[in-house]
Amino acid sequence: MLEHAWNDTGPRFKAWLAALLLLMGIGGFCYTIQLGTGLGVTGMSRDVSWGLYIGQFTFFVGVAASAVMVVLPYYLHDVKVFGRITIVGKSLAVTAVIMCILFIVVDLGMPSRLLNIMLYPSPGSVLFWDMIVLNGYFFLNLVTGWKILEAEYTGIKAPDWVKPLVYIAIPWAFSIHTVTAFIYSGIPGRDFWLTALTAPKFLASAFATGPALLILISLALRRFTGFDAGQEAIRRLSIIVTYAMSITVFMILAEFFTAFYSQVPGHMYALKYFFTGLYGANSFVLISWVFAGLCLLALILLLNPATRRDEKWLTVACASTFVALAIEKGISFTVGGFITNPFGRVTEYWPTGIEFGVVVGIWALGAFLLSLLFSLFVTVKRRSERGLV
Amino acid sequence: MKKPFSISRRTLLKATGAAALGLIPVSPLLVRAAGKTHPKALQAKSWAMVINAKLCPPGCRICSEACHKAHNVPVMPDPRQDVKWIWQESYNASFPYESHPYPDDANAKRTYPLLCNHCENPSCVRVCPTQATFQRADGVVMMDYHRCIGCRFCMAACPYGARSFNFKDPRPHIRQINPTYPTRTTGVVEKCNFCDERLGIGQLPICVEACPAKAILFGDLSDPASPVRQALAANVTLQRKTKLGTRPKVFYIV
Repeated sequence: MLEHAWNDTGPRFKAWLAALLLLMGIGGFCYTIQLGTGLGVTGMSRDVSWGLYIGQFTFFVGVAASAVMVVLPYYLHDVKVFGRITIVGKSLAVTAVIMCILFIVVDLGMPSRLLNIMLYPSPGSVLFWDMIVLNGYFFLNLVTGWKILEAEYTGIKAPDWVKPLVYIAIPWAFSIHTVTAFIYSGIPGRDFWLTALTAPKFLASAFATGPALLILISLALRRFTGFDAGQEAIRRLSIIVTYAMSITVFMILAEFFTAFYSQVPGHMYALKYFFTGLYGANSFVLISWVFAGLCLLALILLLNPATRRDEKWLTVACASTFVALAIEKGISFTVGGFITNPFGRVTEYWPTGIEFGVVVGIWALGAFLLSLLFSLFVTVKRRSERGLV
Repeated sequence: MKKPFSISRRTLLKATGAAALGLIPVSPLLVRAAGKTHPKALQAKSWAMVINAKLCPPGCRICSEACHKAHNVPVMPDPRQDVKWIWQESYNASFPYESHPYPDDANAKRTYPLLCNHCENPSCVRVCPTQATFQRADGVVMMDYHRCIGCRFCMAACPYGARSFNFKDPRPHIRQINPTYPTRTTGVVEKCNFCDERLGIGQLPICVEACPAKAILFGDLSDPASPVRQALAANVTLQRKTKLGTRPKVFYIV
């Protein structure tokens, strides 16, 4: 069945893949420079010791987890309209987990020792559990996604053991983002991260980001491949994005209340740093206001039923949601924990060209895998719908 | 004709002798590697340090220089990516939540030596995914440079900024390599080890020994007769960030 990812594809698709390969090459080249010199080629420092890589890792754990927003209604609430889109969600989950693992690997000072996490299992470490839940989630989605697609391809019902795995994958999706949040929210001395709201906020923002991305992907698939996820599926997804985005913004505003009403300095520093700059350090002010503006735009377009139902406005709303939360979780949240440093000072961080290059390479790899997976199931669906099984 | 790989007895003996001589400086390490305790090794239930900052002349760096020289700590060209085991900070930077803008004249000028606190409840040890950082029975928080994967979770978890990452190769930036202590590679985290290599052969930490003012005291926190307990009993002392529950074992007389 795998050959259908490549066969029957046109020159435009092949050119797209070639372009992605080029970007992956650029990323690979940047990574070899980093591997040769060390993480000194990044913008990270003793004071801001995690940056864009860990931010991107966090963001894509959210994207991976969000597949549950189509799988859960389909399997637990019998929302039949999500039938065509669950496989898109599962492909997105598998791809996002691969990207997450790559973001961790490129962030390691000693990538050759990666297996030490398994050789010296440390159940006290959240990172150890993150490794377990991410790998588990990867295999659950790979196996169930594959078997469901195969069933459609061959016209033979998927084996019985697939069903329990589908159900296990549902709570598992919540676990990956919760454990990732616990990496941040369980360590002392980083006031911005040390809040029980981190895990719920991560889940809420993931459930806005993922479905927003699914809507954008569905619209793109309909345009470029003729694969239609269905009006009703997109309408339902847009409602999920609306609720999740509203809850996310509510939680972010709740953080502002706690910080500025209590006036506890440690809780105000990072928020001040983002929106006004702190002690003259202001490299995040611009993107923070872009984030705020996009959140507002997305909320206005989503909450208003007229614009939400209009496909053009919905596209703008979903793109705004995705970009806003990619800024927040993809970089700002990680850096915010390091403001201020343990001595009450601010050290600025901004990613270097090498860091951006590596990140672009991993995004391109994700897009490459996703394109092949979509090409595969679009062909399989087309064949099964034409009765070619 | 000389056979390939042949070696005369004379050369072999010379080489063996030279190798044995070369081992002398690292013999304490060999004793440890063999799993035996050195007869003079200092032992304690809980090592701790008291720093009498009143005796620290402002800007004095003697302890740092001695430590960094003994442990092959480099001076990296980019100060943002520097490596530090023990270094000096102002009163306000050392105690950011316990200080105010109007310190007494002495404290306004004074610099405090800061180092790893060898916490009783170390968050760095808790988060390490490979146990590359671990706590010994005597309370010393150690680093295994050969196991560290460089994920820097411990740096995020340390509230004291006591951990350094080797962002680039440290070796070209070490002023003079001390052959009796290992150098580190790119990509691993390091920090103060309470001079475990010296305790193991009966010597006090090098900062304690190097300080001309005898401002740094070292001893067993569980022993009421130890110099640290006596200093704690006789003086008002501060720990850094007690609120976080890490229970630091470096105390400051202010």
